[in-house]
Amino acid sequence: MARRVSTGSRIGWTIAAWAVALLIFFPILYAVLTSFKTEAEAIAGISLIPSGTFENYIEVQSQRDYFKPFMNSVVIAVGSTILALLVAIPAAWSMAFSPTRRTKDILMWMLSTKMMPAVAVLVPIYLLFRDWSLLDTRLGLTVMLMLINLPIVVWMLYTYFREIPGEILEAARMDGASLLGEIVYVLTPMAVPGIASTMLLNIILAWNESFWTIRLSTTNAAPLTAFIASFSSPQGLFWAKLSAASTLAIAPILIMGWFSQRQLVRGLTFGAVK
Amino acid sequence: MATRQTRTLARFMMAPSILLLLVWMIVPLAMTLWFSFQNYNLLNPANVSFAGLFNYQYFYTDPAFFQSIANTLILVGGVLLITVVGGILLALLLDQPIFGQGIVRILVISPFFVMPPVAALVWKNMIMHPGYGVLADVARFFGATPIDWFAQHPLLSIVIIVAWQWLPFATLILLTALQSLDGEQKEAAEMDGAGFLDRFRYLTLPHLARAITVVILIQTIFLLGVYAEILVTTNGGPGYASTNLAFLIYRTALLGYDVGGASAGGVIAVILANVVAIFLMRAVGRNLDR
Repeated sequence: MARRVSTGSRIGWTIAAWAVALLIFFPILYAVLTSFKTEAEAIAGISLIPSGTFENYIEVQSQRDYFKPFMNSVVIAVGSTILALLVAIPAAWSMAFSPTRRTKDILMWMLSTKMMPAVAVLVPIYLLFRDWSLLDTRLGLTVMLMLINLPIVVWMLYTYFREIPGEILEAARMDGASLLGEIVYVLTPMAVPGIASTMLLNIILAWNESFWTIRLSTTNAAPLTAFIASFSSPQGLFWAKLSAASTLAIAPILIMGWFSQRQLVRGLTFGAVK
Repeated sequence: MATRQTRTLARFMMAPSILLLLVWMIVPLAMTLWFSFQNYNLLNPANVSFAGLFNYQYFYTDPAFFQSIANTLILVGGVLLITVVGGILLALLLDQPIFGQGIVRILVISPFFVMPPVAALVWKNMIMHPGYGVLADVARFFGATPIDWFAQHPLLSIVIIVAWQWLPFATLILLTALQSLDGEQKEAAEMDGAGFLDRFRYLTLPHLARAITVVILIQTIFLLGVYAEILVTTNGGPGYASTNLAFLIYRTALLGYDVGGASAGGVIAVILANVVAIFLMRAVGRNLDR
């Protein structure tokens, strides 16, 4: 695999790649830098060196109560992920280890539910949520995001579980392990990495979901997506504060994302590209 | 190997997922279909009556409908063009021997993890703002008049923002596929004297075909539903200039309180998405057999 390349061409490629990468990353970098500027600096033309104030972060909390939407995001993203895993693990498990003729059809059908455009069911979901008093509740959004991501979770788990060799199961059975013992002592330890990856990707997806979270919440259960969207109404220029709120909103997920690049490819292509 | 007992257990284990998704799929869709044949306005909820095909006719004859369909297609097509072509070029670039490849990858993939409202607002205020945005500063530096992006080119502005969000996804998937290309094949082609373009055309591109298909299909599913980016930037305007089908349905439903009309639009959106879905299922389904 190792191709020999001259240092010269290597430096050339490096400069080109870094230039493009920095250009793509620039809006994020600029938002982070702006978050450390004063409001006056923020609109005073391009400057890459902020004065280093933490004022915006303090004000986002003191004036807009940042912590509340942040906690809503955490509860909804993590809650919906755990719920989805609880439902999906047994299903993916049985599809991977005792497949029937219909397993493939069931998987494809599950995937097809993901194709339904959210906006097509906005009206009935909105009316049902209104009638069941689920509008603007964490519970409502948690259940909603769980349903939306369930097909991806089942699929991802299935592609991971399928890679666990069946011979190990047979060996355990020969040694007299019961079905329960088989699951707890043999399969679970091997499945943990797959489950963890699935969890990570699903939290990212739930954290960034921006249709249902904005439409089905107003204040009490509004997560960060809805909180940031509320900055779009023009009430003067407060870009530094917007930048601080944005930085806080994307930082945790950005870091999680960096660690899950590989799983992302696999999860979002339903195992078609690894 | 599977005994009757394990088979029963397997069914039992699958049941919750299947039931949940079944209900999730059938109940709201059935309601949408039902509402689409009703005169039902939330401002006058006591007065619901059968409307026949009136809602469809109403939606169909609304000039905003055709504009929103056109906008949807331009948005999806434009973003696909940028991300697939850009993604291939970027993947080829990142596949070269470069110093700090790990960090470069991280920088390139980052926009994908930025939530849509943040992406849209950062672009709207800090990059594309006609007075204080970075692009305006750059334009002035070169002595040009800054462009008022969202007033002059509302749809293009949204295409740019959405393309920025999805370019990393395309790049990452194409790069992953590229790296699975057999190095020996590449070397053999090189030894046979194939130039860069020939190698790209006859070796790399066919190898990437499947990944490109997957990128196009998955992005299409998400791009048909672009919503938050429009909401926080142009709010669909000026007029209907940047309203896509998803946004038009939202407007009809929650701003116009017209349940019947919005539902008819929803049914149309489902049909549109299904056409795409059929192709996606084929592509992914084929992979399952391998």
